[in-house]
Amino acid sequence: MTFLFYFFSALVLFGGLGVVFAKNPVSAAFSMVISFLGMAALFIQLDAFLIGVLQVLVYAGAIMVLFLFIIMLLDVEEVEKRKLSLPTVIRAGGVGAALVVLISTVLMRGGTAGQALPKLVASPEKSDVLRIGELLFGTYWLPIQIIAVLLLTATVGVVVLSKRELK
Amino acid sequence: MDPSLTLNPLLLVSGLLFAIGLTGVLARRNLLIIFMCLELMLAAGNLTLVAFSRFHLVDGAPAYDAHVFVFFVITVAAAEVAVGLAIIIALFRSKKSTDVTEVTTMKY
Repeated sequence: MTFLFYFFSALVLFGGLGVVFAKNPVSAAFSMVISFLGMAALFIQLDAFLIGVLQVLVYAGAIMVLFLFIIMLLDVEEVEKRKLSLPTVIRAGGVGAALVVLISTVLMRGGTAGQALPKLVASPEKSDVLRIGELLFGTYWLPIQIIAVLLLTATVGVVVLSKRELK
Repeated sequence: MDPSLTLNPLLLVSGLLFAIGLTGVLARRNLLIIFMCLELMLAAGNLTLVAFSRFHLVDGAPAYDAHVFVFFVITVAAAEVAVGLAIIIALFRSKKSTDVTEVTTMKY
C-alpha cells in the first residue's frame, strides 16, 4: 500500500511538472489529466471515495475536456511560440524553491511527523456518500444554495461573454 | 488501509504540487497553461483537506466537513474554469493571442 502511495504521488508530481514544462498546451492538458487521475487514486486511498470519483468525473472529465475543446477552438498553430524570458523563469523557480524549503522546514519541525493513519471504526452501513449528503443538505444547506446561484451566474456570464457583439 | 502511511508525506506531496503550480503561474506566459497551473494549486489544497480529514477522526469516521468543503472547491473551480475560458476566448478574439505579455492595456 505504501508502494501505491508513492507510485500515485509520483504520478501527481510528474503530471504537474509536465504541465509546467510542456511546450504545447495539448500535452500540458494531458499531463494534467494524468496528475488528476493520480490524485483521485490518492483520495481513494484516504477513504474519500466520493471525492475521488468527483475528481475523475469533474476534473479529469469535464474540466479537462473543456480545456482541450478551447485549445482546439483557439487553433494553437496560430499562437506564436515565443521563448520564455530567462529572468522570469529564474525568479519563478526561486519563488517555487523557496516555497518548497518553507513547507519542508515546517513539516520537519511540526508535530505531524510521526502521526500514523488512524483506524476507522465507523459503522460500515453508512457510506461516505450518505454522510456527505446528510451534511450537504443538513448543516450546509445555505452554502449549497449559494453554490447553486453561483453556478447559474457563471452559466449566464459565460453565455454573455461568448456572444460576438457586446453592446 | 495501510497503517504505515503517515501524514507528513501526504502534506509534502500536496506542498510540492502547490509549489509546482505556483512556479508555473509565475513562469509561463501562455494564459491557458497559467490557468491549468491555477487548477493544480486548487487540487493541491484539496489533497491537504482530505488528508487532514482522514487523520482527524470524529466518532471513528473521517471529518466529513472537509469533504463537503472539497466538494464546494471543486464546484467553484468548475465555474471558474467556465468563466475564465470564456474570457480567454474573448481576449483571443481581440488580441489574436493567448500570451499574457500582449495584454498590457491596463499596465500603465
